[in-house]
Amino acid sequence: MKLWGIADQVVRLAILLAIVGGVTVALRARFVPPSFGETGHYRAEAVTIAAELPVRYAGSEICAECHDDQEELRRRSYHRGLSCEVCHGAAAAHAEDFEAQQPLVPRARGEACLACHEYLPSRPTGFPQIIERLHNPLEPCVGCHDPHDPTPPEVPSSCAACHAQIERTKAVSHHLALTCETCHEAAPEHRIEPRSHLPNKPTAREACGRCHAEGADSGAEIPRVDLDTHGPRYLCWQCHYPHHPEA
Amino acid sequence: MPEDRSRREFLISVLQFPCSAALVAVCGPLATAAAATEDEASSERYFGMGIQVDKCIGCGRCVRACKTENDLPEAPFYFRTWIERYAIHADGRVDVDSPEGGINGFLPRESEGEVVRSFFVPKLCNQCDNPPCVQVCPVGATFKTDDGVILVDSDYCIGCRYCIQACPYGARFLDPRTKTADKCTFCYHRITQGLLPACVEVCPTGARVFGELKADASPLRRLMRMSRLQVLKPSLNTEPKVFYTELDGEVR
Amino acid sequence: MAGEHLERLETLHDQISGFIYPNEIELHWGLLVVLYPYITGLVAGAFILASLEKVFKVKEVEPTYRLSLLTALAFLLVAPLPLLAHLGHPERSFEIFLTPHFKSAMAMFGFVYAWYLMLVLLLEIWFEYRADLVRWSQRERGPRKLLHWLITLGSRDLSPEAVAFDQKAVHAITLIGIPSAFLLHGYVGFIFGSVKANPWWSSVLMPIVFLFSAIVSGISLVLIIYYVATLVRRETPDMACLDKLASFLLYALIVDLSLELLDFIHRLYESEESIGILSELIVSKLFISLTIVQIIIGTVGPLLLLTFSRFSQLPPELKRVAYFIAALLVQVGIFSTRWNVVIGGQLFSKSLRGLTVYKPELAGIEGLFTSIGLMILPFVILYVLVKVLPPWPQAAAPTAPPPD
Repeated sequence: MKLWGIADQVVRLAILLAIVGGVTVALRARFVPPSFGETGHYRAEAVTIAAELPVRYAGSEICAECHDDQEELRRRSYHRGLSCEVCHGAAAAHAEDFEAQQPLVPRARGEACLACHEYLPSRPTGFPQIIERLHNPLEPCVGCHDPHDPTPPEVPSSCAACHAQIERTKAVSHHLALTCETCHEAAPEHRIEPRSHLPNKPTAREACGRCHAEGADSGAEIPRVDLDTHGPRYLCWQCHYPHHPEA
Repeated sequence: MPEDRSRREFLISVLQFPCSAALVAVCGPLATAAAATEDEASSERYFGMGIQVDKCIGCGRCVRACKTENDLPEAPFYFRTWIERYAIHADGRVDVDSPEGGINGFLPRESEGEVVRSFFVPKLCNQCDNPPCVQVCPVGATFKTDDGVILVDSDYCIGCRYCIQACPYGARFLDPRTKTADKCTFCYHRITQGLLPACVEVCPTGARVFGELKADASPLRRLMRMSRLQVLKPSLNTEPKVFYTELDGEVR
Repeated sequence: MAGEHLERLETLHDQISGFIYPNEIELHWGLLVVLYPYITGLVAGAFILASLEKVFKVKEVEPTYRLSLLTALAFLLVAPLPLLAHLGHPERSFEIFLTPHFKSAMAMFGFVYAWYLMLVLLLEIWFEYRADLVRWSQRERGPRKLLHWLITLGSRDLSPEAVAFDQKAVHAITLIGIPSAFLLHGYVGFIFGSVKANPWWSSVLMPIVFLFSAIVSGISLVLIIYYVATLVRRETPDMACLDKLASFLLYALIVDLSLELLDFIHRLYESEESIGILSELIVSKLFISLTIVQIIIGTVGPLLLLTFSRFSQLPPELKRVAYFIAALLVQVGIFSTRWNVVIGGQLFSKSLRGLTVYKPELAGIEGLFTSIGLMILPFVILYVLVKVLPPWPQAAAPTAPPPD
């Protein structure tokens, strides 16, 4: 078998290769999924499938349609940024048919509130935190706080209720005996509307100098510096952290 | 010079094809189909996420919501999103932990030595604009949609796990039930109907901000206007669409 | 089954040191994926050895020419099996041919493999054997006659021009084959070397290191098979051939070791972000498989043994045994090279803050037994191939047709 002067071996191999190639092309045409390549190198159908998965969290807008009273309360409270399902759990089934599912109603102490409000040093400072075993032990949180409007029933008696991190830091420092008021003046309103009435902070080196200056009227064990020569270009708290002063 | 640019991009993409020179000629029609995916930028619906590290309280609600919303295995593994806790010590040592992905929150650390700073960092698929996972998928089972979200086609995935190797962020896993790759979809089924991703919905402090990257006004655009932004592992040029504010240099 | 799997993960969880991303608990490419580069390396190496005779006219290694080709084929047929077995959905593997993603290094596997198998190896073997096949089928009867006749595809021309054409074709295919073999295994290196997320893999040297370790492993495999085959056939091995094989093995080993050292020094000198965790990896989890097995037992050991036996005045019997032992050690070394790349690259977290562990399962599709089976299979195939297409010089039919 010799065609157009091409060697017999090559002709036979070419036929075999053509058969294999033809079968491959035919199989490919038969099996490539129909929607493949419509919008890119993937099955366009897969996008639809992904978009049609069931929803479990309904989103808080729909809750307000029935629970407008709680919603009204919550929207003016410190919890205004929370959606209902943070505490009540996924409730899309309930939103669909209110009898189909009973959303969670956490009432017991520590069931939901402590997930956010138990003191952890890694939490951002200023976020309201309590130390659970010291904060009205055994009382359920909802006994005193309405979760839809969690403003403390009494004005917090200590700064530590919100500033737990500072309190804890100070407690292990040389400044443990100082009260917050030694350095900060806080208007009583700060306890009710903290962000509208910010406490003040010391502004001059003399604030620390009251105890730490050479001639200060304070205990002999307190370290002294000469305010004129000790780092005169800086304010004290630019190098030292007053809540945990470095030795 | 838009023409020059597109020509350059085409050349770059040709060079990216392993052994493309030989194959483009053989399989021309397929190659043009692949090139068509590059033309997505015009859509205004282009999703991204902002994460304000200084607002995260490590409560783990997002991890739990994600597992529920997306029917993930209940096990203490397989996370589409998780929270890491960093503790940077005075001597420079860095402790990181993520017990059960943070799904049950965190207990106080048993600390040794003085901690200088400590914080939580939520992690999830970065929905890279230049996704290495999509690049390596041999069959086109993971891909970028027109709205910028990277999805996995679990009916088409062959389970080779190359994408898991290629992801620099550990965001992918093999679902033990389907034996296919799985990862965060920005809750694609929610965002396409105007809902927020489940993790954003339940974040109590607003640490997670979801929105459209190219819209004139969106919560995300506002965040991007007001903050210094950082992405994870920028040197890998994956161009993440998850942006962090107040991110510490120790976070990887 | 799911419960068992979870339990396994739980135990792994206790053995982690430092921090890993939660999803990294599972190591995704196990023993089977170690086998894959190991086997393809043997293929590429055996083929490159075969081409030495044809292209570079190294006459001494002629006795191993056909054997090398058959070895390459036997291992090439097995090469995709470990990959297939490790897939989550092997039944969907055909998609890689249906809708190959051209930007994916892995999608190219099908094409590189098909090119190499069909257009290089099978063609070269066919042209090399065609004349012999015709002669064999003329003399034989029964199924063997039919089989040999079928393989010729009916191309039965034994004229001097036709046979000369065969030889020219073999030469041409070998010329294409060398870059193809480089492509095949360099490409396997690229699969790992191009993963920018993984600092242990990501290196331009990876394909080249893979290539030279492939050459080393291929030569040593053919040396082993040739030596064992002559023992079994109760023949005296051709000492000139063995000496040449040993020399090539020695040179390839030196190049291979130099490249790996270069890679090592380069990483150490650049000292990038990942250097801390990689150093920890080398001195802890990889100490035995890298330092002891790969470098000392698998590279330096055979290097010394080969140098000593090649250039000493040992009696040939002893020399042969020394070569054989060196070649076996090289196989152990190359296998642990593959292990250290594939497994080693997954033992550290991409957070660069911790190490995880890998314990191969025994049973199960991805277990040890499957791997052992997959390592035996190529030898079974080789046995069948040798029976059908005897590679021994004596088996080749005399050039002239037998007189009537």
